[in-house]
Amino acid sequence: MAEVVVVTSGKGGVGKTTSTAALGAALAQFGQRVVVIDFDVGLRNLDLVMGAERRVVYDLINVTRGEARLSQALIRDKRLDTLFLLAASQTRDKDALSEKGVERVISELRSGFDWVICDSPAGIERGAALAMRHADVAVVVTNPEVSSVRDSDRIIGLLDSKTVKAAKGEEVEKHLLLTRYDPARAGRGDMLSVDDVVEILSIPLLGIIPESKEILRSSNLGVPVTINELSSEPGRAYMEAAQRLNGEEIAVTMPTERRNILNRLFGRRAA
Amino acid sequence: MIQSSRSTLRFRGRSYLAMVLVPQIPLRTWLADVDTWLVRSPGFFAGKSLVVDVTGLPLTQDDFVALLADLKERKISVLAVEGADPDWLTDGLPPLLTGGRNVGAEATAENSRRMTTASDSPRSLVLQIDAPIRSGQSIVHPDGDVIVVGSIASGAEVTSAGSIHVYGALRGRAFAGMYGDKRARIFCQRLEAELIAVNGYYRIADELDPRFHKKPVQAWLDGENLRVATLD
Repeated sequence: MAEVVVVTSGKGGVGKTTSTAALGAALAQFGQRVVVIDFDVGLRNLDLVMGAERRVVYDLINVTRGEARLSQALIRDKRLDTLFLLAASQTRDKDALSEKGVERVISELRSGFDWVICDSPAGIERGAALAMRHADVAVVVTNPEVSSVRDSDRIIGLLDSKTVKAAKGEEVEKHLLLTRYDPARAGRGDMLSVDDVVEILSIPLLGIIPESKEILRSSNLGVPVTINELSSEPGRAYMEAAQRLNGEEIAVTMPTERRNILNRLFGRRAA
Repeated sequence: MIQSSRSTLRFRGRSYLAMVLVPQIPLRTWLADVDTWLVRSPGFFAGKSLVVDVTGLPLTQDDFVALLADLKERKISVLAVEGADPDWLTDGLPPLLTGGRNVGAEATAENSRRMTTASDSPRSLVLQIDAPIRSGQSIVHPDGDVIVVGSIASGAEVTSAGSIHVYGALRGRAFAGMYGDKRARIFCQRLEAELIAVNGYYRIADELDPRFHKKPVQAWLDGENLRVATLD
């Protein structure tokens, strides 16, 4: 039986899709069967980040409406053969998602996979509500700034009230993934510190992903950073986050400020 | 306390909304009204949790038993009774309820009036919440104090008839004494509130003295002035 994970945030542009792809690819590299689902109907992106945009025939909407079978719509990753994608439709909107259809797709996927990772759209409306509805685990993606933290807090409230688990009186397991963390800016006090964010949201920390050009490059290439740049700092951070999600206990590493020799010599004067 | 080595019985208190039916003297006329009502809306009492309140009615035990039988005949199932002599409630009769409170509008039949009873309710009126209040959540407690063991997030709000006690950071909005209690107060371990108010007198974050920021404080009403002081 699979764990159903929702990657959610409330706020847009914080790194949900990037994180979904990176965590999915990392878990697949541990030999687990993983499917990532794009719930952002109308604004699909996950297929691009996964580099599968030219192979989408059927999508989530087709499957929820019974127009295609799940096996026809699942796209196997070219690099990792235990990683699958269920793309969103770009031509429909979120109203096309039916509650019944989503329930059927998720329960069908549960039996064939170890992980079902739902990439939630931003906001708290229908798309986001359906993405979190069947989740066992939530990865709350948050940037270290006040608006993102407040939106994440709102999402945590919804995870505790609007999910199937909550309706049964159980609790969705929640993890905080702090993304776009800039050690230099945090050091200067321009950003909320890790401690501040953890204190405000009061859920356990899954990982800290530094802001970096490797992530941008990976997204543009359509290769998750955990495949392409495994040795890079964000690559390692996502890999460790996936290990923690998988139940391993490893300490969270704080990203450090990276400086080359010139920065080190002249950094202070230039600043 | 009953203890068992195998398992423990679990009891929980829970409140439900019940419709209260208030019969009037003479009962025959009142039952005729019920019948008229039932002719107009046959399914009105079907599946409803009904409590019969006989407070203040000059009934004998026989009258009371006959009344319940008359209701049963009309397929009106009675969950409990209020205001009856406990001795009347022999086996097979519904249990006695006390401490009810009125809520919402009274949808009663014409000709019937609600008899007001001085109710001194024995239950605790404190609402205790053992989790953080998240952004977007709104807690309203129209009966007494609210105790939050955790923080109140930015964008969350708590409204209370009495005082509000926050064992954590108060980052959202707190409205104490919102139903007229001027003596209500707000206590918190860490003041970062967006707004605090007692009995409608409020201060927004900008009007709070910066020296109270992130400090344990209490706020209370002094005449028409909302005052804040640190707790140490």
